[in-house]
Formats: sequence, C-alpha cells, structure tokens
Amino acid sequence: MIRTTAWALAALTLASGAALAAPPTPEMLANACSGCHGTFGGSAGPTMPSLAGQSKEAIVEAMKKFKSGERFSTIMGRLAKGYSEADFVALGDYFSKQKLHVTKQALDPAQVAKGASLQEANCSRCHLEDGKEGKDDTPAMASQWLPYLQIQMAQYLSGKRKMPEKMEEKVKPLSVADLEALLQFYASVK
Amino acid sequence: MTFDRRNFLKLLGAGSGATLVGCATGTGTGTGAGAGAGGSLAMPKSSGKRVVVIGGGFGGSIAAKYIRMLDASIEVVLVERNRQFVSCPFSNLYIGGALKDMSSLTMGYDQLAANHGVKMVYDSVTAIDTANRTVTGASGTLAYDRLVLAPGIDFRTEELEGYDAATTPLAMPHAWKAGPQTQLLRQQLEAMRDGGTVVISIPPAPFRCPPGPYERASMVAMYLKAHKPRSKIVILDANPDIVSKAGLFRKGWAKHYAGMIDYRGAKRVTAVDVKARSVFVEGLEEVKGEVINVIPPQRAGDIARSAGLVGADKRWCPVNPTTFESTVAKGVHVIGDACVAGAMPKSGYSANSEAKVCATNLVAMMNGRETVEMSGINTCYSYITDKEAVSVAAVYAVKDGAIIAVPNSGGVSPDLSELEAVYASSWLKNILVEMST
Repeated sequence: MIRTTAWALAALTLASGAALAAPPTPEMLANACSGCHGTFGGSAGPTMPSLAGQSKEAIVEAMKKFKSGERFSTIMGRLAKGYSEADFVALGDYFSKQKLHVTKQALDPAQVAKGASLQEANCSRCHLEDGKEGKDDTPAMASQWLPYLQIQMAQYLSGKRKMPEKMEEKVKPLSVADLEALLQFYASVK
Repeated sequence: MTFDRRNFLKLLGAGSGATLVGCATGTGTGTGAGAGAGGSLAMPKSSGKRVVVIGGGFGGSIAAKYIRMLDASIEVVLVERNRQFVSCPFSNLYIGGALKDMSSLTMGYDQLAANHGVKMVYDSVTAIDTANRTVTGASGTLAYDRLVLAPGIDFRTEELEGYDAATTPLAMPHAWKAGPQTQLLRQQLEAMRDGGTVVISIPPAPFRCPPGPYERASMVAMYLKAHKPRSKIVILDANPDIVSKAGLFRKGWAKHYAGMIDYRGAKRVTAVDVKARSVFVEGLEEVKGEVINVIPPQRAGDIARSAGLVGADKRWCPVNPTTFESTVAKGVHVIGDACVAGAMPKSGYSANSEAKVCATNLVAMMNGRETVEMSGINTCYSYITDKEAVSVAAVYAVKDGAIIAVPNSGGVSPDLSELEAVYASSWLKNILVEMST
C-alpha cells in the first residue's frame, strides 16, 4: 500500500515535471534530423544532402513542398508532415547558421574547370557566390555530395522534380556532359 | 534525357569503398582523452560532475557525445564491452551475401573519444548501485552523478524449452546481436544443400528491430534464389501477422521470391531440439530445418534487470518521456531498445534520437535549467533485394505524458524502390559516422 502511494507520487512528480518542459528548441528539432544528415547537418552519406550552411529560405521552401507533395521525395514528405511551418523556420534558421560542411570527394579537375566557366554564364545570377549562397529561396550547392546533386538533376530532367522557369531556360540548351561538369564544380566549392 | 544511373551508383560505390573506419580516421586528431587503450572503472571521482554511460551502441555513443558537446564541464565515461561495434542494421545484407565482409558495419571508439573527450572504459558492468550511484565491473567501481543506461536487449531463453543460452546459439544462431552470430548464420546458409529448409522463428513483439526478421527472410531468399533455388524458407511468427511493413514485404516476396517463403503467422516457437534440428510450435507441432534461425523472445539487457530498473512487466524499463529518466530509480536514464519509449520502435534510429533528447535534458537537469519537450524521429530501411528497399518513418512528440507518433505524419513507402536502396546506404554511413566521430 505504501509502495503504491510512493509510485503514484513519483508518477505525479514526473508527470508534472514533463508538463513543465519548454517547447522543443530549434536544436531539439534539428538533432532528430542529424542521424541521417550528420551532426550539425554535415552529411557523411554521398546521397544525403548536407544541411549545414544551407539557406534558411531554401530549407523552409523545400520542407513546405515536401509536406504538400509538390516536391518528389521518398521519405522526406512523410517526415515533413510531422512538423509545422514554424518548425520549418526554426530548422531553416538553425541549419543556415551552421558552418559549411566541406565534403571530401573525388572530383575531376577538368570537369570542375569546365563547370566553373559554365556556371558563370548560366547559373550565377541565382546560385550566388559560386553556389555558396542563393538568391531568395535558391538553394546553396557548395560542397554538396556529387551523387546527391546527380540524383536531383536526374529528377529535374525526368520531370519528377519541377525546375523553376528560369532554371529550365538555362538547363535546356546544356548537354548532359555540361550539367555533369556544373555539378562537379559546385561539389568542389569549399 | 536522363542521368545514367550506373554513373552515380558507381560513384556511390567508390565513396563507400573508403570504409567507415577509414573515413573516421581521416577526420580526427588521433589523440586525446580516452583514446586508444581505454581506462578502468577504478578511476577516482573528480571534483566535477560525472556521467557514466553504459553501452556504446546506437544510443549510448550518441548520448556520450552529445552530453560532451552540450556541456564540456561534465566528465563522461562510456563503458562498453567490445572494442568494436558491429551494426545490426545492414547485417542482413551480409547474411544474404550482398556484403562480402562486415567492415562497413564496424566502427571503433577512438575518434569519438579523441574528438569529444569521452573517456572509454572497455569493461563489462556487473552491478549498478542506484542508491549509492556506482557502477561496478571487473576493473573496479566508478561513482556517477547521473547514469545513462543503453544496454540493448537480452533474451528470455527460459521461454524456450531445450534452449541453452550458451550452446544453442552455436547450433541455431539468433544473429540478433551482430558479429560472430551473423557470420555463423551466413556460414550455415553457405554449407546448406540445395533443397534444404531454412526456419526463421520470430518472437512476440516487442523485440529489437520490428521489420528485421522479415528483411532477413528477404535476404536469405535472395541468396537461395541465386544459389540454392530448390530450397525453402519457413517463417514461424509468434505474432498474428508481419509486425512491420507487412504489405510491402508481401509484395516484395511475391515479386521476387514467389513460392520460396512459407509464412506462418501465430506460430509461437516454445521448444527447440538441437540434435534433431527441430523447433516446436506451442511445444507440439514439430518443424525441421537444415538451418534454424531462432530469434528468442526479448527483454532489456540483463544489467537493467539486475539493477532493478525494469517495470511491472519485468522486461522493459519505464522512463519519463521527456528526460528518459527511469521512473524506478532517480539519476538513471534508460535509452534505446531497453526502455519503453511509447510509440517509438526499438530501432537504431530511435535510439539515436532518444539519446539526443536524453542528453539535452540530462544536461539541463544537471545545470538546474528547464527541460525541453522531446521531438524525435525514426527512419528505418529494409532491403527486399540488394537493389530494392522500403522504409518506414515517423516523427514523435509527447502528448499527455506519453510519446506518440505525430498524427497524419510518417508511414511506409508506397512501393519497393531502387532509390530507397541507394538512400539506405547513406543512412548507414551517416548514423555510424555520427556515432564514431
């Protein structure tokens, strides 16, 4: 009987302790992502994007589109549905403030050089500062994993992911080899 | 116009050619507190705050790392039995022959220790005194201010008549703790004749990795289809139906392994006969097999039970859903497979997520700060073939004092997918790098 009372008391204390907890902080929300996207959003998996240093607007836009289904995903749509728009803003803000994650990956210097000149002429008005920043909600691409970028480009080209109009105009005249060079360039930026 | 798939898959292969261990070695300084040999439990208590973490798996390693990241004034001692950790996730791919060795599943603790000042002690904890706040192992006794217990699972072998905990797994491997058991099951499959029967017995839920047994059946089927196509798999499931991703496994089996997998629900194995190579459903119905994979019923790791941390069910550890502090003993937090985390499944990713919630609030409590509501995720991939995978995902929050899956979120893949198989390998890479660096 005494035992039961003690249990009930303990349960009460703990329950009220839980009730007193503050709402999830941006760190609490972001930590749950880092099992797949790496600590502080620096990914070690070649097909998983780094979120560290990504633009806040790009993250918010991506999450909104994952949630609505406007952007194709495998798992992200299901996860995005678990969060509010305020959560997206908190996550975007958090990851945008993390230091750019520099990936170590094998790239072809000739391709990188070719991509560098192509981006200057074709992409640099939206993908600013060699892809380190983006205009409005344009995502930063610097130092992303090449396989991740290739998957995204393949989805753009197949129509699975919709290109913004301006991007479509620029991408259409380019060959697959040109696009590969561009991706190699962005992957190389540190 | 499409990008050549082979192109990036090849690149992916090149990337994963550098093993996780190699990857980790490239990033750290190689020296630091606790690196290398490891300390002992005879370490004197420093004047400052000390947290002891027991178990260096998906939960414990992350708890140790995040506590140090959040408050470097806290001394963190991670006590782990093994010098190398072998991941259960992806171990079914080794069993099916898609992985030629287990190097990509294996990690050490040197970089974690060096990068974050986590003090490693390689020892097996034999006793926890929750009243006096000490842990004891072969190398001594260590005092703690707070304890994080992440012991994983142990087996309720007493529920299997004829099962000897020490010897039966050598004949009928469970392979539910990755390492030599995984290799043994693979060896037995390789040695089996074409036309043999593989029996997989699945315990009643809850158990570690709900989709794991069905992924295992898929991977065994993949191997048999290619090498021993006249063979059969009999699944004896104690549960009435496939516990996780049921529709997707059924679809995958029909698509790739038609006629090979004989799934039998509500067939609880209660006895084994090693000599006869048989198992018995409810002690009566005998099922024979050349290879018998008995996954025994489970409970929290033995140390949790001997420390009196399991609940009324005598199996699992009840915890506060915000702090993961035991509701049985103060100052002890239990995470991962051993705890009762409401709607969160017993998975590696759940343990990773729970560890961060626990670390955040443990540090808050030690510093007299307000705790923060939990937010967690589980993502879990299962391979149907070496090229097609499926996933389940969910977001978790606390409601009315319990962890629930956020309504209208999460769920399983719409179909089998090659892209998910590609993402799954990055999942493994990221989660192991996060644990080991």
